Amino acid sequence: MRSIVPVLTVVGVIFALWYAAAIWLNAAWAYDKAKRADVTLSTSALVADTWAQEKPRLPAPHQVGAEIWKTTGAMVAKGRAFSKRSLIYHSWITLSATLLGFALGTGLGILLAVGIVYNTVMDRSVMPWVITSQTIPILALAPMIIVVLNAVGISGLLPKAMISMYLSFFPVVVGMVKGLRSPEVMQLDQMRTWNASASQTFWRLRLPASMPYLFASLKVGMAASLVGAIVGELPTGAVAGLGARLLAGSYYGQTIQIWSALIMAAALAAVLVAIIGVIQRVTLSRMGMA
Amino acid sequence: MGWILFALGAWIVGWALNVRLARLVPSRAVRLAMPVLFGLTIIAIWEGVVRGFDVSAVLLPAPSVIAKTFAASTSILWEDFVQTVIKGALTGYIIGCGSAVLTAIAIDRSDFLRRGLMPVGNFVAALPIVGMAPILVMWFGFDWQSKAAVVVVMVFFPVLVNTVEGLQAASAMQRDLMRTYAASSATTLLKLRLPMAMPFIFNGLKIATTLALIGAIVAEFFGSPIRGMGFRISVSVGQLALDLVWAEIVVAALVGSAAYGGVALIERAVTFWHPSQRARS
Repeated sequence: MRSIVPVLTVVGVIFALWYAAAIWLNAAWAYDKAKRADVTLSTSALVADTWAQEKPRLPAPHQVGAEIWKTTGAMVAKGRAFSKRSLIYHSWITLSATLLGFALGTGLGILLAVGIVYNTVMDRSVMPWVITSQTIPILALAPMIIVVLNAVGISGLLPKAMISMYLSFFPVVVGMVKGLRSPEVMQLDQMRTWNASASQTFWRLRLPASMPYLFASLKVGMAASLVGAIVGELPTGAVAGLGARLLAGSYYGQTIQIWSALIMAAALAAVLVAIIGVIQRVTLSRMGMA
Repeated sequence: MGWILFALGAWIVGWALNVRLARLVPSRAVRLAMPVLFGLTIIAIWEGVVRGFDVSAVLLPAPSVIAKTFAASTSILWEDFVQTVIKGALTGYIIGCGSAVLTAIAIDRSDFLRRGLMPVGNFVAALPIVGMAPILVMWFGFDWQSKAAVVVVMVFFPVLVNTVEGLQAASAMQRDLMRTYAASSATTLLKLRLPMAMPFIFNGLKIATTLALIGAIVAEFFGSPIRGMGFRISVSVGQLALDLVWAEIVVAALVGSAAYGGVALIERAVTFWHPSQRARS
């Protein structure tokens, strides 16, 4: 709680810097316009102009806020929340790919982790490749995955979800392997003195013990999954989704549109990670671990 | 048919060999051999399946075809490597990580700043920063400067957060000891707190190596001069020249693994005293 004042100060400073940078970056265009109109700009007129341009180099926060409101709240008020001009629609497209990829990635990650913990062959031969797989910039592969899957007849949600899956399975594997191995020798011996079978040891000791590790990696995986979904939308030719809004905005120089899509993506990431945080707190406290 | 049998055979032989190796006493050579064998098996199966089922080169080229393309177009690959990795990613990586460490040292002087910036930094580190790419391309132009800028923004926050955390790693007892030696704050920083922070800093640097490559390549999707790995990938996909795309991916994978390995080696040399490093030898 005592961090609130410092955090608010930092956020305030960021906004102040943002407004200042908007003046600095947009001034050239404002002067240019004034010169052609043959008027000399006073300082206050300059500031007002730099914060209200139509295609600024850096839009001011209130412009971005207004654009987000125009494409979300105002659309809802008009009853067109899911029209193609609405950011809610685009966010939903991205969100569905993110969640599907996240679910696939988490499932694959947990399965791999169980295999790695219980099977020495997998541990020694697969684990190094899991680590190597992440040094490959998968996002570079994104256009190819999309195009190739498209050629086989799979299009829409799944190709994007595959990219999300690839990005999100790694943190889960690493976290779960660590978590499933976290019970101490003493605890494992205790299970043995109780004559527990392998499955009992798994369900009653290893799996519960891995929960804190699982949630920590789920948060990382969720953030990575969203990045994957956004980048996966780039090569589809800017049809729908937050990534498509970014690309379309950069084609037509609509900076305000880019920034609003960016802020929307940031908000989405924050909400998703916060939801996992809440589930984590509830689960762990009911398990008596937090 | 022969190729399908070849794939099946490779699978069985690779599997059996690895199972047998796993029963051996885990020496260094065995530890190295098992993943290599696994990789070779995958490549053999890939080759066999592609040839056996006659998969079109437009969908998935065979490893041998990729290797041939790789050998034939080394000059293109080298040009793209210089443009994307050396000019874009490496420049951005050095600027981004350097400024992050310096900022962290500056922040560390003030408790107020640290408590204010850490939550914000943690928040930003989880954001999809790649999305900044179109904006930065607009500001810095199409050439490598904009790619370096994307990389700077991407690597800055993970390194910053890790470094600030690491600078807290020295215990009160150790700091008190430095005070009894009448060490100045600069000496304390250099001799105690920076060395203690190194494991954390290297953790951040490792995360940053992969992010740097991703940033440099993805930024090229938003506009680029007619060279660079991201540019080549998106153009070749359009021309259905998938063998060239895969050759670029091989380069990216090699660069990524080499960079990660290099940072890990430096880490081992710098933080040789840390328990996680000692346990291995």
